[in-house]
Amino acid sequence: MHTNTFSNLARHLVPSVPRPDWWRGSVLLITLILALPVLVIFSFIFTPSGEVWRHLADTVLASYVTNSLLLVVGVAIGTLLIGVSTAWVVTATVFPGRRIFEWALLLPMAMPAYIIAYTYTGMLDFAGPLQSTLREWFDWGYGDYWFPDIRSLWGAMLMLTLVLYPYVYLLARAAFLEQSVYVLDVGRSLGFGPWRVLFRIALPLARPAIITGLSLALMETLADFGTVQYFGIDTFTTGIYRTWLGLGDSAAAAQLSAMLLIFVFTLVVVERWSRRQAQYHNSSRSFKPVPPIRLTRARATVAFLVCLFPLLLGFILPALQLLSWSIDTAADVVDASFFGLILNSLSLAMGASVIALTIALLMAYAKRLRGNALLNIAVRIAAMGYAIPGTVLAVGVMIPFAWIDNSIDGWMREQFDVSTGLILSGTVVALLFAYTVRFLSVSVQTVEAGLGKIRLSMDDAGRSLGYTPGRVLRDIHLPIMRTSLLTALLMVFVDVLKELPATLMLRPFNFNTLAVRAYELAGDERLADAASAALSIVLVGIIPVILLSRSISRKRPGEEYVAQA
Amino acid sequence: MSILRATTLLLLATISIVPVAQAAQEVNLYSARKEKLIKPLLDRFTQQTGIKVNLVTGKANALLQRLKSEGRNTPADLLLTTDAGNLYRAQQAELLQAVESKTLESSVPAHYREPEGHWYGLSVRARTIFYANDRVDPKELGSYAGLTDPKWKGRICIRSSNNIYNQSLVASMIAHQGVAKTEEWVNGLVKNFARRPKGGDRDQIRAAAAGECDIAIANTYYYGAMQTSSKERDRAAAKEVSLFWANQDSTGTHVNISGGAVTRYAGNKENAIKLLEFLVNDESQRWYGEVNNEYPVKSGVEISGTLKKWGEFKADTLDLHLLGKYNAEAVRIMDRAGWR
Repeated sequence: MHTNTFSNLARHLVPSVPRPDWWRGSVLLITLILALPVLVIFSFIFTPSGEVWRHLADTVLASYVTNSLLLVVGVAIGTLLIGVSTAWVVTATVFPGRRIFEWALLLPMAMPAYIIAYTYTGMLDFAGPLQSTLREWFDWGYGDYWFPDIRSLWGAMLMLTLVLYPYVYLLARAAFLEQSVYVLDVGRSLGFGPWRVLFRIALPLARPAIITGLSLALMETLADFGTVQYFGIDTFTTGIYRTWLGLGDSAAAAQLSAMLLIFVFTLVVVERWSRRQAQYHNSSRSFKPVPPIRLTRARATVAFLVCLFPLLLGFILPALQLLSWSIDTAADVVDASFFGLILNSLSLAMGASVIALTIALLMAYAKRLRGNALLNIAVRIAAMGYAIPGTVLAVGVMIPFAWIDNSIDGWMREQFDVSTGLILSGTVVALLFAYTVRFLSVSVQTVEAGLGKIRLSMDDAGRSLGYTPGRVLRDIHLPIMRTSLLTALLMVFVDVLKELPATLMLRPFNFNTLAVRAYELAGDERLADAASAALSIVLVGIIPVILLSRSISRKRPGEEYVAQA
Repeated sequence: MSILRATTLLLLATISIVPVAQAAQEVNLYSARKEKLIKPLLDRFTQQTGIKVNLVTGKANALLQRLKSEGRNTPADLLLTTDAGNLYRAQQAELLQAVESKTLESSVPAHYREPEGHWYGLSVRARTIFYANDRVDPKELGSYAGLTDPKWKGRICIRSSNNIYNQSLVASMIAHQGVAKTEEWVNGLVKNFARRPKGGDRDQIRAAAAGECDIAIANTYYYGAMQTSSKERDRAAAKEVSLFWANQDSTGTHVNISGGAVTRYAGNKENAIKLLEFLVNDESQRWYGEVNNEYPVKSGVEISGTLKKWGEFKADTLDLHLLGKYNAEAVRIMDRAGWR
């Protein structure tokens, strides 16, 4: 809304904007192409399947909805608590280990949710080593003692929270780092203590970033299949699969997916509407970083534990378990083909993250330049892919691709009596397209947040110097938003590395990735055999995570000061 | 128009004819069997025949969807699944073609293949009852139907009804005794569950070994894998439970197949048939047992040592396409009974 008014204003003030609307037109086209899978899924709404719906409503639909909602609420609370508190502690205070926690807190991001679920089950289940040992020590039998059941709704909330809080942490921390001491000093001058500064000033200022992180975490929660399936929780997503596979009704399954999408879309719209009045620019002209508070020994211990807890549970413990399994099985599992898997995973992740970033940048900038209702909605729809269960999205990709290929083939047969077969389906192109659709939300939201922080007066200044919009983007915006760009790039990179269902469904012949290998072994209940591949995903994912974190730290102007402190 | 045509043709000549022009000695495979459980056989096939096998693995339903959307241009020649229900679905969706082969017909018994040759079973998988040695007397056991007896209340472990093996088991009951009796059975079984269904088949066997329940229903090859596992804990758990062949006095133990089918638009039909024939030769049939503890479809093939210890059993001879036919009905019954 705001951007709109401002860019309209800008257009009046700066008459040199070129007439043909190249930006809006081309971006609209790209957006519509990317929205195809979502539209394909929506198109099933019009296929009648009333009888199956009555059966679902009579039996299982209520539990799908309840469990999904509970899961979302649980993960929201969990990721907010962990993500925001750790982000605040590592940016606003100094305590031993802080420099390590800064990047280490991101590590759980590299852990696929279903892998951590398998790992914890292996460790904590009734028949697992921990409980068996306890029973041996104390001579207990079944029912003699109480032990929390990890394969429950609570367990699923915990697992998803542990691997998804880094989204909130990452974006909250970036926002806290950007806050200038002058803004927070207003609070201090009003006599606020550090807590009140946090709750009254820092948090509200960081709200858009935190919400962005949260919405990514929740969309991924809704799309999760592996964890809830293994834990035996009926959610909307498992329901979609069951309706599709068990009841054999793809139309009803697509309708369930569409319902899920409408739900997410509504949440997104409501959230945007709720902050429509607020402007979150750091309005102060001068920037000086907030000097972090040195903590007393007792408080430093608390801060240390607050940061250690999610790192330990979300990364160190499961990684150690995976490592110990890998040592047992690596000899059988790691062969020459294993390096091919790493190479495939890496190149897909790199390709997709660059493509998604480029498109996200185009979209976000077009919205800034020429945002109108149509473009805004189109971008929202194209970025819905993150909330769609991977397999459903893959079907949404497969159908239009095969249709295009078959139409070309049909035309060529008619015209030239030559068959072109499938040109795009079953190639890496289809795979990259699916990744882009699925993870565009991550890059669009991150890039939009970065771009949104640049005041529109910067655009005006650039244009008044006679720069084209493209040059404004290249020479002014890109350098300023370097961190946001890197964040977007690396988040998609890690996500693609972990992605399973679409890869499984769309990949070419004789082409496997680490995630596929890990799934094939783990899915066959060969958890230990899957460990090497799972650990490799984590290791390959760690590298960009560390790079990302270092870059964010470096960006902070006052970092040398902190280092000396 | 002629310029357009010429350009298009030129473009085509340079880029895109490649995927169509398949090398003669090739066969493209969509497989729901995991790579690890099929690749060694395929490699041996290539060695013996010189025919290259291109492989995509995935979940059966996803592969069906892929076949369906690719239509007549699908590169896939052969589809492998790990259950009969999905083969039936593929046939219903007209994705398969009937093939005739003397080798296949003589190797695969009639009830393990589709009458017209749309699909053939390649290995047999049995789903039966396991019991905790110290808490259950095998004399108390008999049939699946017997598990609804109130004496088993709170003692039975079985995985989620999302799983195709459970759906097939219930579908086989519908085929034998109709919807009403099956619904009664499912309701009774759910009442006897020891816990909310979760985890895979091995987890059920482990739970029975650990004392969380006394009876587990699982596929036999998972039990076999635990018995021969490199992990001490799995072998110890397997020792605590025994295998019981269900329904020996009536219809026989419920079995399913892993199977193969030539796709309707197969471009390498001959090679696809050759591969199917290879998969039912004695050597391959023994391999299923040695590597994954599955039973051969072909009679007279020697079974592995692990399988021998379980003894002979009478398998259900139900026409397996019925498992596919009644699958949706089975899911509805389980939904109504609250078997999650």
